[in-house]
Amino acid sequence: MNAIDTRRRQFLKASVAVGGGLVIGFVMPTARQAMASEPKDNFAPNAWIRIAKDDTVTLIVAKVEMGQGVYTSLPMLLAEELEVDLTKIHLEDAPPGKEYIDPILKFQATGGSTSVRSSWKPLSEAGAATRMMLIAAAAETWKVKPADCRAENGMVIHKTSNRSLSYGQLAESAARQPIPKKIVLKDAKNYNYIGKPVARRDSPAKVNGSALYGIDIKIPGLLTAMFVPCPVFGGKLKSVDDSAAKAVKGVKHVFQVENGVAVVADGFWSAKQGREALKVQWDEGALAQLDSAAIERQFEQATTQIGNIARKEGDVVTALGKAAKTVEAVYHAPYAPHCTMEPLNCTVDLRADHCDIWVGTQVPAMAQEAVAKVTGLPNEKIKVHITYLGGGFGRRLEVDFITQAAAIAKLAGAPVKLIWTREDDMRHDVYRPASFTKLRAGLDAKGHTTVWEQHIACPSIFKRYMPALLGEEGKKVDPSSVEAAADHPYAIPNVRVDYHVTDPGVPVGFWRSVGNSQNGFFTESFIDELAHAAGQDPLKYRLQLLAKQARIRGVLELAATKAGWGEPLPKGTGRGIAAVFSFASYAAEVAEVEVSANGEINVKRVVCAIDCGSIVNPDTIKAQVEGAVIFALTAALKGPITIKNGQVEQSNFHDYPLLSLVETPKIEVYIVDSHEAPGGVGEPGVPPLAPAVANAIFAATGKRLRRMPFDLSTA
Amino acid sequence: MIEINVNGQIHALDIAADTPLLWALRDNLGLTGTKYGCGMSLCGACIVHVDGEPMRSCVTPVSSVVSKKIKTIEGLSTDSSHPLQQAWIAEEVPQCGYCQSGQIMTAAALLAKSPTPSDADIDSAMNGNLCRCGTYSRIRKAIHRAAEIMRSKA
Repeated sequence: MNAIDTRRRQFLKASVAVGGGLVIGFVMPTARQAMASEPKDNFAPNAWIRIAKDDTVTLIVAKVEMGQGVYTSLPMLLAEELEVDLTKIHLEDAPPGKEYIDPILKFQATGGSTSVRSSWKPLSEAGAATRMMLIAAAAETWKVKPADCRAENGMVIHKTSNRSLSYGQLAESAARQPIPKKIVLKDAKNYNYIGKPVARRDSPAKVNGSALYGIDIKIPGLLTAMFVPCPVFGGKLKSVDDSAAKAVKGVKHVFQVENGVAVVADGFWSAKQGREALKVQWDEGALAQLDSAAIERQFEQATTQIGNIARKEGDVVTALGKAAKTVEAVYHAPYAPHCTMEPLNCTVDLRADHCDIWVGTQVPAMAQEAVAKVTGLPNEKIKVHITYLGGGFGRRLEVDFITQAAAIAKLAGAPVKLIWTREDDMRHDVYRPASFTKLRAGLDAKGHTTVWEQHIACPSIFKRYMPALLGEEGKKVDPSSVEAAADHPYAIPNVRVDYHVTDPGVPVGFWRSVGNSQNGFFTESFIDELAHAAGQDPLKYRLQLLAKQARIRGVLELAATKAGWGEPLPKGTGRGIAAVFSFASYAAEVAEVEVSANGEINVKRVVCAIDCGSIVNPDTIKAQVEGAVIFALTAALKGPITIKNGQVEQSNFHDYPLLSLVETPKIEVYIVDSHEAPGGVGEPGVPPLAPAVANAIFAATGKRLRRMPFDLSTA
Repeated sequence: MIEINVNGQIHALDIAADTPLLWALRDNLGLTGTKYGCGMSLCGACIVHVDGEPMRSCVTPVSSVVSKKIKTIEGLSTDSSHPLQQAWIAEEVPQCGYCQSGQIMTAAALLAKSPTPSDADIDSAMNGNLCRCGTYSRIRKAIHRAAEIMRSKA
């Protein structure tokens, strides 16, 4: 058993609820910092766990459900230590609040594969402390020793007499017990839920149409809005002739708002008809001539010099001079869209002194802030109702559509649901940045890599999203641009990775695994090139350079073994391997790829090994890694997003197709048995996929693909 | 007025004849289980049955389905007991879940015609249904499982 000393922590607070239940509040470490500056008497740890007299246990879930399974994994953590039936825990979405700031991300958000990592300790400790207080309350009632009582399935039982009291019966007296000085967590071997496949709590509602997404919200008097932005990035509205639009049956209003035009109607179809009848003149602005080729020239130009240093070890110049052999390559990743299946939407009901919004968002506090800014209402007058998210992948870390919805509602004088069309979504995304890298490495006479030089040119996400992170002058390296390059795990004595912020004007944002998805492709492909330059097996070559990296070796070896690494394959088929550390987890993938005579790429099998430390729900981990493979395959094989005349050329799934069922390879996922701290799960499956496939294509054809999406006709 | 028969009920709607069935269902009848994904018949999120055939409601004018029988995900069963719904839960198919109504309705039309579908049958029936979360492998497994459930009940 693990005893935790709480004397210096003081993060738990118990109180009696209205009506006599027990309320347990706790404060995440980061939230404690955020609240430290506030007056002491304002300090009120928010209720995270409530036990009512009727035995209802409620958990406030500070993470939103976007498919990653938090509505199951987070209550599992609580149920385990509290000793209650998981299926009976009632869930409530956390409102915006400093209490719910994520300790890793440092703001209130669901993203960065943090949910379980951030919640494991506080939820387990709060559950265990609550259990101990319930036992103490029962012992006091029965005048027995707490050690003679046990907690089981929502009851405290006196071991010898078999007397029992339910948690609801004990709640009020438990609330008056002191917080235990030492919290005793369960031994992992006694877990009922953690580490076992548990049925997702959200599945039943998702198979009968009853799961409520933002787009499904119905409230009395609700109108539907569409927003028409300038198709050219950075362009402005010049004028609009809305006479034909206003004549469309069902169209209620046309507004000039937020540097675009809004059409408000009695439903989606009339809004869309109205929109199509608009005659809008745009001032296209400075980017009207921008195209993909010009963007790539900007990147290429940037990398002719040394940029901000992201990593420096040894002496790269001298080592390159001494190398027996040098290898150079240029890699490129395009802008990538999110394509959440649920198009962006937000419902706003704005009244004189308060406002309700319904939205699938990864950032409830930012959503509230955005609406406050538009409406002038204080934050606490804006209630954010969280719905299921029809996909997030980073797109719903943004509030652009929420700001628009609030601005339209302010003019409409009625509740408004703004719905983006698929075309709006495809053409006005915040794209995973395009990235460009120049690599040079040196090998000694024995083929060992002695030096690694890398220039990266990439637009910065943080420059817009959280500029404070880049320092006062904004010159610090954006970690999301260099991850999986600046921190690659290979033991190479001389390394320099530098970074150029390039800003062609295309909006960029977080996207499932972000920079790891580009840099993982670059570095893990280039390592493969070095292995071949050294005349060695790519797996063995990696393992030699990872002598001190047991966990990444572990996933490489596991994936290789399960995939049958080294076993013969039919002609035209190749096997490629790659491993990337991201979001505190290690993932390796082996892809088996068949290339037809005319260059068609058929990914037949992907074997994944993930070491994400201690695990909560293994089936969800498998599902997340399977999904990550498909997500990454779309980026590796489909698209790309291209720019012409300052606009995105693609508009819907006909010109930006997603991977389909027929193209889905056989996917196997193996989870490393581990007692290490929990790592991320949603994203780490993405980065190794593209390099594993590229390396497999090389093995099959001898052709090295250094540009996504992969296309053998241009190789 | 346009009359449509949805899940066994007749509804009279005062809407434009070219309104896609999807928006009649969602905006006028409040049946929001059928989803909007692309509006161009490209993703399958909006699939419903029209006289038993899977149809993309986002491009189906409501005037074209008058006097036909429309079934939506809400009408597939009254208690989530359809073998596909059971199988979807057993195989833990949904992630975000948004595309799953369309997936299940497409699969239901397949199983109604081919109670023991091969992988090739599944490929050809399901290939137009996109899922961004990447649940395809589980969709395939769940369809086979649903077919087994149907056989065991037959």
